[in-house]
Amino acid sequence: MKPPRFDYARPDSLAGAIALLAAHNGDAKVIAGGQSLMPMLNFRLTSPRLLVDIARIADLNHISAGADGVRLGALVRWRDIERHPTLAKLHPLLVEATSHVAHYQIRNRGTVGGSLAHADPAAEMPGIAIACDAQIIVVGRAGQRTIPAADFFVGALMTALEPDEVIVEVRLPPWPGERHFAFEEFSRRKGDFALAGVAVFYDLDGQGRVIDPHIGAIGVTSRPVRLNAAEAALAGRAVDEAAILAVAALADDGLDVAEDIHAPADYRRALLQVLLERALRRAARLPDAEQTQ
Amino acid sequence: MSNNRASFTPSRRKFLMTTASSAAGPVIARAFTGEARAQSAPRNQREPVGVRLEVNGHVQDLSLDVRTTLLDALREHLGLTGSKKGCDQGQCGACTVLVDGRRVLGCLTLAASVDGRSITTIEGLTSPGQELHPMQQAFVDQDAFQCGYCTSGQIMSAIGCVHEGHAENDADIREYMSGNLCRCAAYPNIVAAIKQAKAATQSRLASKET
Repeated sequence: MKPPRFDYARPDSLAGAIALLAAHNGDAKVIAGGQSLMPMLNFRLTSPRLLVDIARIADLNHISAGADGVRLGALVRWRDIERHPTLAKLHPLLVEATSHVAHYQIRNRGTVGGSLAHADPAAEMPGIAIACDAQIIVVGRAGQRTIPAADFFVGALMTALEPDEVIVEVRLPPWPGERHFAFEEFSRRKGDFALAGVAVFYDLDGQGRVIDPHIGAIGVTSRPVRLNAAEAALAGRAVDEAAILAVAALADDGLDVAEDIHAPADYRRALLQVLLERALRRAARLPDAEQTQ
Repeated sequence: MSNNRASFTPSRRKFLMTTASSAAGPVIARAFTGEARAQSAPRNQREPVGVRLEVNGHVQDLSLDVRTTLLDALREHLGLTGSKKGCDQGQCGACTVLVDGRRVLGCLTLAASVDGRSITTIEGLTSPGQELHPMQQAFVDQDAFQCGYCTSGQIMSAIGCVHEGHAENDADIREYMSGNLCRCAAYPNIVAAIKQAKAATQSRLASKET
């Protein structure tokens, strides 16, 4: 048995969970699906004194959609997103990104809230939250607050969550039916964390020019980021091959790209550009140049 | 009750004996289930916790170090060594079992977190002297393994894959079985086995068997 010693509690209410977290003042961890936390414990990368299992707290696994967008309860599992009857229409980018999350056994247990709280720089859900300007609803002793995704991810595996706070919901803004979008990522083996990934979406005006482009990237820096230079270059343009190459060339502009055991920084920069090209082509419904050559 | 817990020593023979007697009828008291523990005050971390699992149709009351994974509970405490420990970090799929009918990784699941749930392992698919589960038979027929280490995980995952409706074509099967590695690379034969057993596995599910 590898994990360091910990105690385990399974409160049946949110208030109970918050009370336990508060009482341990940073020395307790929330567990739900455990698909990120269990490996962390097994590798002894974290050693909380208490695990607070929120998996059986009622009313945290809702998926709802309305005029204000899509709301996902913290305990929504990846399989719930994939198997939802209407989410593929209501938020196709979310559903497409979810299909890249690990393997199906893991998608059967892993949760939306867990992925956000774990904040792996290469994880899909934090990338979607950043790309879509999601709002993350958390509850703690002081009550409920809403954290914009841009303020939520502080660094690798670090978030704006206070020690006594639990994520209860993530809200994604409304998704117009005609929106252009694509999600692309690359990993050496299917199901591994991505070496890099991009999420792209935009709308078109009456002349076929891009309005309000959103481009998010995962795996390249210590936290998911928006590619501001590429977004600025894409705005107002018609998306043709020349525009795609010009925008993709700016993919890594101004980014502090991470180098680690998996890939040198230059490799990640090149990969990011290629992935952005592919995503832009697919979003514009243009043929993939690499396949048509 | 506490006497039962104190006398529970970690030798494999005892585990096997416990398993055998539990199969005949639950022996260890039902008092220390999750409900009682859920809101409990801080306790000694070295004190075991009670976990009740329904494993292959039999209720098992276990007294475990709280860190015990579902995989270790099955292998070390119940003597069910069909589920394999490959990587112990969620990459290989050799520990795949069904929890309430859904395939999960035993190595990334705390036994305490599935307290009260129904677990199906490779041992629960059939009994000695009985016909093999159609998926097991298909793996034999299609030569879908060489060394066999990944096979119980592959078979449990394959059953989950069929139940989910993720075995519609070869590409689907490859995609949704990607969490199960086979170092002998029997993949083409695994795909063939799943196609062979798909209809029979579906009709078993329809008739409420596993």
